[in-house]
Amino acid sequence: MHELSIAVAVVEQVEEAVREQDRAVASLTLRIGELAGVVPEALDFSFGLATEGTALAGARLLIETVGARGRCEGCGRETPTGMPPVLWCAGCGTPLTLLSGRELEIVRVTLADEPLDARKTVDGKGVGPPGGKGADDGPRPAPSGLPVRDEEASHVPHR
Amino acid sequence: MCRTVDLHQAVLAKNDENALALRGYLGDRGTVAVNLLSSPGSGKTALLERLLARAVAGGTPAAAVTADLATENDATRLARSGAPVRQILTDGLCHLEAGMLQRRLEGWLPEGTRLLFVENVGNLVCPASYDLGETLRIALASVTEGEDKPVKYPTAFGLAHLVVVTKTDIADAVGFDREAFLGGVRQVNPGVPVLETSARTGQGVDALLAHVLRCAAGEEAHVPVLARQHERYLHSHGNGHEHPRADVHPHPGARQAGAGPGGEQERARGQER
Repeated sequence: MHELSIAVAVVEQVEEAVREQDRAVASLTLRIGELAGVVPEALDFSFGLATEGTALAGARLLIETVGARGRCEGCGRETPTGMPPVLWCAGCGTPLTLLSGRELEIVRVTLADEPLDARKTVDGKGVGPPGGKGADDGPRPAPSGLPVRDEEASHVPHR
Repeated sequence: MCRTVDLHQAVLAKNDENALALRGYLGDRGTVAVNLLSSPGSGKTALLERLLARAVAGGTPAAAVTADLATENDATRLARSGAPVRQILTDGLCHLEAGMLQRRLEGWLPEGTRLLFVENVGNLVCPASYDLGETLRIALASVTEGEDKPVKYPTAFGLAHLVVVTKTDIADAVGFDREAFLGGVRQVNPGVPVLETSARTGQGVDALLAHVLRCAAGEEAHVPVLARQHERYLHSHGNGHEHPRADVHPHPGARQAGAGPGGEQERARGQER
């Protein structure tokens, strides 16, 4: 069940990528090849756990699956490899060249309209977090409070 | 309006970067790492015990790291060979990652170590996805496990540079169908060399050590079909840059793929092609 580790890797990378945006993530698109060794359903389940308390909490996970295909350089035949894969050419016995199937990629994220803080203080009017004395200093590049929780969450599966 | 950020980065980019760094660290020390993958109970430890003893007796400086969820039993067994051994306790995690291995090696890996055997967590699913900076990846299966192991676990056997059959001394007793096994191996990893071994009788141990030493000496290992697409991921994230991550400068807004001239984005996208 390394899907939890995979989900955590996704969350860490996406958080790093969108940190400066200060927006929650509305949706996230992953591309997973048939031979990537990752089960989309297990990843979907793990994703909910891995995103808790992060900028990705509640984000929709969209998974594009990619079929595995190979080409024979000997006779030029191009076929799906099937599962379990047959990685040699049934026609001439030559090992195939793998064209697709090993993808395990974060394609894109869509950010929510509202800032991350506004989303956290749901019915308030966006008042800063507890102990917000520094709020007068203007917008802070690092979102207050969040990184700590983020760190904790990211380490859960490694325990 | 919602904003879209195109990332196009490998999910395991962080591990791949760590593996690349680890490969460099080992290379600088003249150490070659061998990653051993199998299911629990396939006889990895017994075979490795023989292998280490043979290496030590032959004057090859060899060391081993063994990973388990719990107990230091395997490290204790392997240490009987006389080689330096360290245990990694994964505390429940089902696989090793490059960063974990690197942390264990720093400050410990003895100077002049030529071969470093890494006995991964007994599991044929999860460890297959993680590059550990190894030069040689070996997938093992014992004759008692059933001939269809390679096709049941195509990623583990499909990414191996070498397949090793263990416990061959009891192959006849358990009715091991050798041809069916080899057929499965060929299906998921055509051309991969297969070695048959027995830790009990010592059969194949010298051949295995010789194979490992040849790879350590620079002989090119078998390149699996599955690894060829996978390699591109590695390269797209390891062009020798200090921090080749695509997420350093994300481009907000509805940018179309290919529109950005930025090197980071371009490089990251290279993995798609």
